[in-house]
Amino acid sequence: MLLMALRIALRALARNKLRSFLTMLGIIIGVGAVIAMVAIGEGAKKRVQEQIASLGTNLLVILPGTVTLGGARTGSGGRQTLVASDAKAIMDEIPVVSGASPVVRQVQQVIAGDQNWSTPVQGVAPEFQQIREWQVQEGRFISQADVESTAKVALIGQTVAYNLFGDNDPIGAVIRIKKIPFHVIGILGAKGQTGNGTDQDDVIMVPYSTMMKLVMGVTYIQQIIVAAVSADTTQEANNQIASLLRQRHKIRPGADDDFMIRNLSDIAEAASNSATVMAVLLGSIASVSLLVGGIGIMNIMLVSVTERTREIGIRMAVGARSRDIMLQFIVEAVVMAASGGVIGILVGIGSSNLIKYLAELPTLIRPDIIAISFLVSGTVGIFFGFYPARKAAQLDPIDALRYE
Amino acid sequence: MASEMLEHNNPSPPSRDVHLDGEAEVIRIRDLHKTYKMGDIEVAALRGINVTIRRGEFVAVMGASGSGKSTIMNIVGCLDRPTHGAYFLEGQDVSALSSDEWAHIRNRKIGFVFQGFNLLHRTSAVENVELPMMYNGFLSKERRQRALEVLKLVGLEERSHHLPNQLSGGQQQRVAIARALVNRPSLILADEPTGNLDTKTSVEIMELFQNLNETEGITIVLVTHEPDIAEYAKRQIVFRDGLIISDNRKN
Repeated sequence: MLLMALRIALRALARNKLRSFLTMLGIIIGVGAVIAMVAIGEGAKKRVQEQIASLGTNLLVILPGTVTLGGARTGSGGRQTLVASDAKAIMDEIPVVSGASPVVRQVQQVIAGDQNWSTPVQGVAPEFQQIREWQVQEGRFISQADVESTAKVALIGQTVAYNLFGDNDPIGAVIRIKKIPFHVIGILGAKGQTGNGTDQDDVIMVPYSTMMKLVMGVTYIQQIIVAAVSADTTQEANNQIASLLRQRHKIRPGADDDFMIRNLSDIAEAASNSATVMAVLLGSIASVSLLVGGIGIMNIMLVSVTERTREIGIRMAVGARSRDIMLQFIVEAVVMAASGGVIGILVGIGSSNLIKYLAELPTLIRPDIIAISFLVSGTVGIFFGFYPARKAAQLDPIDALRYE
Repeated sequence: MASEMLEHNNPSPPSRDVHLDGEAEVIRIRDLHKTYKMGDIEVAALRGINVTIRRGEFVAVMGASGSGKSTIMNIVGCLDRPTHGAYFLEGQDVSALSSDEWAHIRNRKIGFVFQGFNLLHRTSAVENVELPMMYNGFLSKERRQRALEVLKLVGLEERSHHLPNQLSGGQQQRVAIARALVNRPSLILADEPTGNLDTKTSVEIMELFQNLNETEGITIVLVTHEPDIAEYAKRQIVFRDGLIISDNRKN
């Protein structure tokens, strides 16, 4: 029955090739536009995600909590709750953490020979190098031995090296921080500026133990920087760190954390959400053309039913039931819409590749969108073919046979 | 009115035979009325028809336009419902059936032949003949075989793959007759089958009907307003104002 309706439909469509093609064109453009637009949207989303990932989506920063004094709240990091052993515990006890380093930081006036320079001095652990992916241009990074012996050693950034030593080799030279002499053991590789203009190369790194005891005279640390093994495990690391720190800081269940964990995956999520919004927007604009294509099918089907009133009458007279007629016209609409859908899918794939090469926009074709487009175009055929088909099926055979 | 009484009071002898031999009865119509509503006005197209047609009869239904002959043809063809009365087709009361059941009866028991041929355009003769078989589940091979067989019967086997517009009017009507015969119906309903044909072709078509009736024993009900066409039939029924005014049998 269905096979026969399919044959009749194919013949009817073949009889009016140009008209069938023009009718399909609406669906072709609609489906093609949906696929190409979603491909562009998805491509943009993927590029955003990649860019965010390159910023370090596996990084977590732990800050002490805030404190309220006489109604005035300090900013984040106002409390003195984090200690260096928290960093060590995080690294030792949480498997999804690949490295953790305490960070203590203060801007100091640094003197070398007859030159001086004001720069942030950062106390860190050896893991810091791997976490932030610092290159050492010359010399070596801070070692575990340096930390344990509170060694007075320092690595200097490119900007600091230039300002304090000019063209001279700084390795082995002595710099004074708060009048304490430090040996320069290495020069950091260039990192350039951050997104908001901070010069990352204007920095001095010393062992965190030395920084805490000798330079700042404190027992707490300002933050812990943690790297999860991958971007995917960032959230897991976050949760495990939170419970570990609650336990270490003896926070009762229900009480607030005395620390804060921040990670870049929030940013990544926000950015990829906005890319999703864009993809949905592009997709829905394209869907409108699919709708217009569907209306085109309905229009032509109505014309076709009127034109073929006599044929319908003949078929009914020789024994076609209403449902046979209905099926015939619905199948015709579905064949038109679905073949338009298939061509549209090819057009969509082709044009998104064209966009990729000509406009150099990243595109990503999703197989599920292709499947959905095909199903939707078939559904459009059923939906917009239904009314004309019902009109055909409800014709009175006597009137239909008499129709001129 | 008098003629109606005549019909009522003098049931034709074949009707009596039918009671003895129900098998032979193809059409039995009793007190059939059909009233159309045109706005507020009711138009009585049929006002109490009684007629019985037996297997193998060749009946011409005559009458002026508006006499009710088209209305009775639509009802007999299961295309329209009577307002009142009974219509038995091969002993089955068909006036109460659903439209799907009607479609089935039109497919299996009735073959239509129209004045305007009513073939599908851009569809070959043989495929036009196959059309009724498409609605009753024949395999395509059986369909083709049977269609060619029937085309041969109407003398068109050589033109089976011609399109209707490549055939003359007479040939198109032969295709239509083949289409009407293809499902071996109980009767053929021919509505002014020669109305669009010249005299010579009309004679050919009527001879074909006559031949089908005599050699194949096919029951034919023919509507016409031309007396010389009606002459080919064995029985002539004349309608006027929704009533049968005469029912004559040739000897």
